[in-house]
Amino acid sequence: MIDELIREQEPLVSVEDISVRFGNHRVLRDISLKIPAGQTLVLIGESGCGKTVLMKSIIGLVKPWQGRVLFDKKEMGELNERQISQLRLRFGFVFQNAALFDSMTVGQNVAFPLRQQGDYTQAEIREEVLSRLSEVGLPDTSVGKKPAELSGGMRKRVGLARALIMKPEIIMYDEPTTGLDPIMSDVINELILRTRRRNAVTSIVVTHDMNTARKVADRIVMLYPLARLQPGESQIIFDGTPEDLDNVRDRRVRQFVNGEAGERLMELRAASSARG
Amino acid sequence: MVASRTKLREQVIHRLGRLVSSPSLTTETSPQVSPRLSRFTLWIVDWGRVTYQSVIALGRFSLFAWSTFIWMFTRAPRRETIWPNFYQVGVLSLPVVALTGTFIGMVLAVQSYFQLRQLGLETRLGAVINMTLVRELGPVLAATMLAGRVGSAMAAELGTMRVTEQIDALSAMGANPIRYLVVPRFLACLLMIPTLTIMADFMGVAGGYFYSYLILNIDTHFYFYNSAQFVSWYDLFTGLFKSFFFGAAIAMVSCYQGFNCAPGAEGVGRASTASFVYSFVSILILDLGIGIFLDKLYVVFFPAGAKLF
Repeated sequence: MIDELIREQEPLVSVEDISVRFGNHRVLRDISLKIPAGQTLVLIGESGCGKTVLMKSIIGLVKPWQGRVLFDKKEMGELNERQISQLRLRFGFVFQNAALFDSMTVGQNVAFPLRQQGDYTQAEIREEVLSRLSEVGLPDTSVGKKPAELSGGMRKRVGLARALIMKPEIIMYDEPTTGLDPIMSDVINELILRTRRRNAVTSIVVTHDMNTARKVADRIVMLYPLARLQPGESQIIFDGTPEDLDNVRDRRVRQFVNGEAGERLMELRAASSARG
Repeated sequence: MVASRTKLREQVIHRLGRLVSSPSLTTETSPQVSPRLSRFTLWIVDWGRVTYQSVIALGRFSLFAWSTFIWMFTRAPRRETIWPNFYQVGVLSLPVVALTGTFIGMVLAVQSYFQLRQLGLETRLGAVINMTLVRELGPVLAATMLAGRVGSAMAAELGTMRVTEQIDALSAMGANPIRYLVVPRFLACLLMIPTLTIMADFMGVAGGYFYSYLILNIDTHFYFYNSAQFVSWYDLFTGLFKSFFFGAAIAMVSCYQGFNCAPGAEGVGRASTASFVYSFVSILILDLGIGIFLDKLYVVFFPAGAKLF
């Protein structure tokens, strides 16, 4: 029922034929993606295939070289500085290593978006911060700590609390479970699911952790590095539900999903000896 | 011949392709290509690349400075971002700047004393020390000291923020990084560095006097009489005027280096070193340029000309 409703809507985010390059290094080529409101999209793919770059170009942190990104029917490239700032308040971004401001305490970090917005009293801010922190399972005593005093899992959760505080419509997670122990990884997965249940947000999760992908995804999209792709082939080599993943034909997708090195080591060696 | 042409073409394209990498003037001529032709071509390509990169860097720096300028006037930065920077740049640099000033004053006394004694003009020591101090050495050495203390620290801090995605996080939360990070630092340097220069000048005057009076036994009355005779308000103005430019240059160069920091610990280290080197070079260039300009201006205001003796 809900799925049907989602399908009928206009997509919240629509990526149209974007290409991204850094200097002469091409990362993305002609990527198109439509994300309806309420969907949890998981981007998988090996390191360096451009998952994070794709996510960052949706929020406008990376400027595409070609193509355009529409968010809620507005083209990101045509907005001015202030409109983009306004628009970004509707996004929440959880960075890979949390990207907490290390000159500020945990409380100040989580309160940052609210202070940036301006129209809240100290008491409101404090209450909001504490409730967000308890939502991600952090005690009130952590408010006064500096990010450097926290463990990796706690930092990630603070990052999540900071992303949630503005009640965003769309949350982006950049490798939320990388570097965490299995239990903490699953805690983060649960938090992603619970956040979605509570606030009906659209989520984009970049990961190469298949447990996360299977657990949280409505839809999985796999990107493949440009350098290894056949000319003319689409960079998106898989787009479907987690169930579709089990009976996929493509060898590259199966290899990734099952985590098999296969011939890769030989290929890497051959490539490095050819270069040297 | 055809084969060698393609080879050369490949090399040229390869070099052009590495526009980002460090410029090198070494030539790896392949045996098929006529050595002179290829060396010359590659030489042109290398210089082309260096020029191209410098123009790009200059353009990006100008845009960066311009947007800082725009943000400074469109929306005032928040107070909580301003005060910590003023404290960092101003208050915490005070001891080191005072120390620098004192020693410049004393060194000037030591150095000028021997020269002047040979001419029998020991009592003019005050004029020489204070003139040199206020016009030149006070502002320049204070700025150099601060480029090392404040500039590298800013570049390293902003570089680390860039590397750990904190600058991206700022943008992602709707805060403009230039307004939030660069404008407060720019204002702190612009206003605090001239203030610290006054401190350096004062300590230099004191240091020079005490050394001359206590160790060289120069008469206090003549020392200050001669200083007042020769050092004018215009000299003091010259030094302070320059230090505003030094402050602005240190802030812009360091913030630019920090914002464009390469990934990793190495990138941060390089940003902080580069910020000092480029700040220092721009201090020297500005010093010369503004010095020439102000001397011309002085002649316009006081056609009788400058006087020392």
